[in-house]
Amino acid sequence: MAPYVVKRVLFSLLVLGVISIVVFSAVRLIPGDVCHIVLQTPDVQQSQCDAINKELGIDQPVVTQYFKYMGGVLKGDFGKSLITKRDVFGEMKDRIPLTVELTLLSTIFALALALPIGVISAIKQDTAWDYVLRFTTIGWLSIPSFWLGTMLIVFPSTWWNYGPPVGYVNIWQDPFKNIEQLYLPAISLGLALSASLARITRSSMLEVLRQDYIRTARAKGLRGNVVVVRHALRNAAIPVTTLFGLQVGVLFGGTVVLESIFSLPGLGGLTLSAVRAKDYSQVQGLVLFFATILVLLNLLVDLSYAWIDPRIRYS
Amino acid sequence: MSSMAETARPTPTIELRQRQGPMKRLWRVARNKPIGALAGVVCVLLILIAIFAGQLTPHPVDEQAFPRLQSPSFTYPMGTDNLFRDMFSRILVGSRISLGVGFAAVFVGTIIGAFLGMVGGYLGGWVDLLIGRLLDVMLGFPPLVFLIFFLSIFNNQGGYSLKSFLLISVAIGVIIAPTTARIVRGAVLSIRNLQYIEAAQSIGNTTPRIMMRHVLPNVVAPIIVIASIQIGNAILAEAALSFLGLGIASATHPSWGAMLQDTRAVWQQAWWTAFMPGLAISLAVLSFNLFGDALRDVLDPRLRSGS
Repeated sequence: MAPYVVKRVLFSLLVLGVISIVVFSAVRLIPGDVCHIVLQTPDVQQSQCDAINKELGIDQPVVTQYFKYMGGVLKGDFGKSLITKRDVFGEMKDRIPLTVELTLLSTIFALALALPIGVISAIKQDTAWDYVLRFTTIGWLSIPSFWLGTMLIVFPSTWWNYGPPVGYVNIWQDPFKNIEQLYLPAISLGLALSASLARITRSSMLEVLRQDYIRTARAKGLRGNVVVVRHALRNAAIPVTTLFGLQVGVLFGGTVVLESIFSLPGLGGLTLSAVRAKDYSQVQGLVLFFATILVLLNLLVDLSYAWIDPRIRYS
Repeated sequence: MSSMAETARPTPTIELRQRQGPMKRLWRVARNKPIGALAGVVCVLLILIAIFAGQLTPHPVDEQAFPRLQSPSFTYPMGTDNLFRDMFSRILVGSRISLGVGFAAVFVGTIIGAFLGMVGGYLGGWVDLLIGRLLDVMLGFPPLVFLIFFLSIFNNQGGYSLKSFLLISVAIGVIIAPTTARIVRGAVLSIRNLQYIEAAQSIGNTTPRIMMRHVLPNVVAPIIVIASIQIGNAILAEAALSFLGLGIASATHPSWGAMLQDTRAVWQQAWWTAFMPGLAISLAVLSFNLFGDALRDVLDPRLRSGS
């Protein structure tokens, strides 16, 4: 186990290192001069540009810039915004809870729908139930989250004059208002995820239900529910966990769209406004942050296999 | 003993089934997979609409000569938008960007993915390891965040042009390539040690020749299947980008995602402005998903794993 964990952690660090190089160099490939972006006007004098380049450290060699930047990042200093001049991480810090909560809520919603659907579909394979559920999930996969979000704003407001409270209240301040603000975006974001999770739950359940130990469990007189939940579902959990790890990135991307639709002040909304303002140091910080979380989550997913299935020993 | 058994064995009779013609085989598949076949028909219709959109539209897409925000009726099947335009015409023409980018992106992604998967799977060793880590890096970016980042850097003029069309297609292609690469790699691994590959090696074929003539033809089925499944994802990605205002739509080149964004201010007065473009996206994605699903069952049931 230990050598595997060390190897896996090292690989994740390597991947993160390469990602940081990609992001850092991509930002330096931007056509046009940084000082035009900073001064937000096309006619600038060379002396102004020189001053800005010196201030941002762009006059130094790229490799020096990279190590300086990464040295800061490791200490939680992502530099300053090109436009607002505010601290990049400072802008992000207050927005993290919202995006985390939105992602968590969508995950909970997705799992709450996906597991029962996948299990029922598998137990009742090739019955009408199965067909209806499979068709429903493939339908959900085809609904763009931003359209679903739009519909959840438009129709309740035209039919019942209902709209969720605007803005964002921290969950510890007012839990009910907080949930009311986030449940619609969470449903929009979670539906497609629940569809893909339900589909993989179904197929891995089908595989597990054919195993000998399931027959043994039934033969020794365990009730159907106990067999399904304790013996089958747990063993079917690995592909579901893997897929979830791969889909977390889609959730992160989705927050960009849904925070924009529901006017929520989270990381996704910040990404969009930073891109529109061409605030590349802010964008760079955000992309690095998202990628880091994603890589770390996938590391956790990989390491969780042994906990889900004790037979796995990572030799 | 063995000779007796041999003589005792009855001559096997093999019923030779006549090889069916392509139309007959297509019909047989369609009867087994009615939903997939129906979805296939819708896909073909959508492609035809995209090709002949110019001839099919009742009105020019940028003509602003209609009453504002009319609800759907016989005259305006999908209503009119806030800029006095006929939504039906714009939705028909919008299929061009959605399907065009969808197909182009899958084409790019399949070529990149199939190449990486074949090289990694066939050569193995450090090449495989290197490609594997490259894919890890690509998968380390949240897809939409990567797309926003990529396009904000390289596509800074906005609007519709061949360059921006190619850029957005390449960007989405890069996003879908890792999945293709993994599946192709798996398929290559399963045939790499088979005898016909060994035979091809032993008569002195070069590695590129073996990969093109012997490996590629045997992994074509999974490549086609994964490509068809990814068309839906590519259409969704394009729609999301257009919705965020990072797509390639313009007044004369509408896109479904951008139509949804453009009418944002009037969604609550005119539900159809929000409903119709999304319906078009969902219908297109659903048809390609169902078609891809059926194609997978027919061509390569091994890939059947739910996602």
